[in-house]
Amino acid sequence: MQRVVLKGRGDFEAWRQPARALLQARVAPRDVEWIEEGRADGDLFAALPPYPSAPSQLLSGRLSLPPGDSRAVTVPRAFVLLAESVVCHGDPARFGLLYSLLWRLQEERSLLAILSDADVAQAYALEKSVRRDSHKMKAFVRFKEMETADGPAPRRRFLAWFEPEHHIIARTAPFFQRRFTDMDWIIATPKGSSAWDGERLTLCEDPAENPMLDDVTDALWLTYFANIFNPARLKVKAMQAEMPKKYWKNLPEAALIPGLIAGAEASVAAMAARAASQPPLFHERLQMAAANAVTDVPIVATGTLDAARAEARGCTRCALHCRATQTVFGEGPDNAEVMFVGEQPGDQEDLAGRPFVGPAGKVFDGMLGEAGLDRSAAYVTNAVKHFKYEPRGKRRIHQKPDMGEVQHCKWWLKLELDLVRPKLVVALGATALAALTDPRQRFSDLRGTVLPLGVDQKLLVTVHPSYLLRLPDEARRKAETARFRDDLGTVARLLSAAAQTTTNPVGNRFIGV
Amino acid sequence: MKKSLNERLAILSDAAKYDASCASSGTTKRDSSRSGGLGSTEGMGICHAYAPDGRCISLLKILMTNFCIYDCAYCINRSSSNVERARFSVEEVVWLTLEFYRRNYIEGLFLSSGIIRSSDHTMEEMVRIARELRTTHNFRGYIHLKSIPEASPLLIEEAGLYADRLSINVELPTDAGIARLAPEKRPSGIRKSMGDLRLKIEAANDPTLQTKRRKRFVPGGQSTQMIVGADDANDSTILGTSARLYGSYALRRVYYSAFSPIPDASKNLPLIKPPLMREHRLYQADWLYRFYGFDIKEITESQPGGMLDLALDPKLAWALANRARFPVDVNAAEREMLLRVPGLGTKAVNGIVSARRFRRLRLEDLARLKVSLKKVRSFVVAEGWSPHRLIDRTDLRAMFEPQPQQMALF
Repeated sequence: MQRVVLKGRGDFEAWRQPARALLQARVAPRDVEWIEEGRADGDLFAALPPYPSAPSQLLSGRLSLPPGDSRAVTVPRAFVLLAESVVCHGDPARFGLLYSLLWRLQEERSLLAILSDADVAQAYALEKSVRRDSHKMKAFVRFKEMETADGPAPRRRFLAWFEPEHHIIARTAPFFQRRFTDMDWIIATPKGSSAWDGERLTLCEDPAENPMLDDVTDALWLTYFANIFNPARLKVKAMQAEMPKKYWKNLPEAALIPGLIAGAEASVAAMAARAASQPPLFHERLQMAAANAVTDVPIVATGTLDAARAEARGCTRCALHCRATQTVFGEGPDNAEVMFVGEQPGDQEDLAGRPFVGPAGKVFDGMLGEAGLDRSAAYVTNAVKHFKYEPRGKRRIHQKPDMGEVQHCKWWLKLELDLVRPKLVVALGATALAALTDPRQRFSDLRGTVLPLGVDQKLLVTVHPSYLLRLPDEARRKAETARFRDDLGTVARLLSAAAQTTTNPVGNRFIGV
Repeated sequence: MKKSLNERLAILSDAAKYDASCASSGTTKRDSSRSGGLGSTEGMGICHAYAPDGRCISLLKILMTNFCIYDCAYCINRSSSNVERARFSVEEVVWLTLEFYRRNYIEGLFLSSGIIRSSDHTMEEMVRIARELRTTHNFRGYIHLKSIPEASPLLIEEAGLYADRLSINVELPTDAGIARLAPEKRPSGIRKSMGDLRLKIEAANDPTLQTKRRKRFVPGGQSTQMIVGADDANDSTILGTSARLYGSYALRRVYYSAFSPIPDASKNLPLIKPPLMREHRLYQADWLYRFYGFDIKEITESQPGGMLDLALDPKLAWALANRARFPVDVNAAEREMLLRVPGLGTKAVNGIVSARRFRRLRLEDLARLKVSLKKVRSFVVAEGWSPHRLIDRTDLRAMFEPQPQQMALF
């Protein structure tokens, strides 16, 4: 039986060295006894000097290494991180547990992935306890201000007293250094102390004593604690699960807790008893002012696109408005020669408030350009002005608007047609076709055809650009894209033909250069 | 006479407590070791104290002022309430934040405000506080600012440069509810504000061509809050609204706040004990939607009246309504199905998936993964364990319900 005596202050190196030597000497875990200095119940081991001051006793007898065997011991990085944390735990069995893991890892390289293994589960339980203690230290240390030393530009000085469960000071002190860089501080605990002076972080292993300091700012903190508490939702167990009583003695606010709990019921009852009273005077004044307020919505002449757009912003004709971000009205010049009508805004359009700016819009813009058409001279809109979708996790899945929604929204589309009076209307997809014509007509029968629409007005039927994006088959997509390009070519031809027969001097401004 | 700082702190923290959010997590990692200043955020949030209501205190959560020109029925600060009023100056909020921070009481500031004069005026003052903290005092702690409804996009944009998180509360799950209880608020304006913010956050996240660096803009994302129980919306409606908000505006969190009686309350409101269990079930359902692959419809469709079962958690309620999907073999089932087993959380599922590559798992192994066997055993098959006909028992529900308690004799 090999015995190793360690100081047990959370020093990973102190464990690593004998553990490595034992492993290289093939000493099985059951043949090692790990003893924490000062923990050995006063028996004879307590007198043993701690390792590594007496390395000879470790590598004695038959267990000494064969000369020249200095094989490097390798472990997964995860084990080092785990062990660094576990050695900080107060459990005397931790050294043996870590050595067992180290031993088994030589054969079972994936051991740490088996979280259901008893040793692994136990090690992670210790690690969690250390992590939690360290986290609670970050949360529950309370700095008290000390008088500032004299000097030209003195730094403010703070002191905290904390009682951790494990040996976590060395692990946790750098956090305070990174956070409270511009002040001097000392954190004193029964398990050692740490201090920062703006240049160096120092650690001391000696147990400290509670300095019993006062800080006047604590009074403000107590006021905050008492008032942020909602007495109508008393949940004492939930509080204690996260702020166990063992930490209370060093938390100034904890002294208030019993009183707050005891008074909760009475303060809720008092609240209920104080029923609504007469509103204060300024409320009356505010209500009056609001009633007489001059509306800051810009007044636009009715019968213009701007007026229609402003009115559509508040449209509640169908239920879609409750789910969408905003109305996406058409955009473009009010005397455009051509109007493109899509189905409905998508995710990006809904956020931006403009039609055809998402992925389908990019395709549309690109192909308009190829056909020699200029989008800024066209009027672009949708059959339905609010986005209809189904939420799926972090995304919104487009849903086809139903006939009722199309019918409700037709009112706006008709208004746009009346105000812009385009020579040519392009229906992009079946929904647009249904909104513009008799809904009983079949889209596939009319695709690519030019129909009469209104007085001196033509309708061209083609697909929606998002259709091209959705086609999975490469060859099919190419063919359909070419067909769509042809349709846009027809648009360009019809417009230039119209420009030649019209007397309108700006009639051909739509043709791109 | 002017109230002391202590008195005003009492009023303005009391006024702020109905906002549930106190998160300080999920922002960028940063500290003061190079700047020599004050403050850090290291990924994980820290709760510095807990009040007896079980809520974490991570941030100094205060209002700049509780004067308000709005008259929202559910709000303690509505203009028609006789609650005591107060306001902080910009300097006072900055001082309180820094002094509280130095003593390690808090992770940072969560600043909200009643609306005074105008939305823009209020937002401007709040942005000034954040700017002072960041630029004058080199403060690197956490800042959460409430966006004031209808504030100008330019102010929101500046706020986003200093704040880790911005939030704007939708308050109620339906537009009709808002129209009834918060007549001055425009739901469409709130949605627009959230949509604008999502676009700005996404634009800032696109690395620029020159530097490949992302601009720091609201790194902690945006969140919102809905009050539960102030109107008659059912859970199905509430969760549907949440799903839409998550999908539409990339929110980090939707908070649910059980409507809690307020002093000097309006007559339009139920002055009952806050429905804390309902709030808890909503959070559980929210988690199922975001991390467990459940659809809102799946969670609510088997529930009468669209209300979640208060006696059973929503995953267990779903499992009992869908027994044909069980038992699930922990050694073979897909991850997606493991996540649907009552009693298995994401951590346990990760543990199972990782461990079963090397070993066949038994019930004892699950226990070591910190799984409650009592809950899980009826729903799983493991090495050496099969629930036999447990899953078909008619009293399975009763096995999980809280034990009935004997009434006290009178």
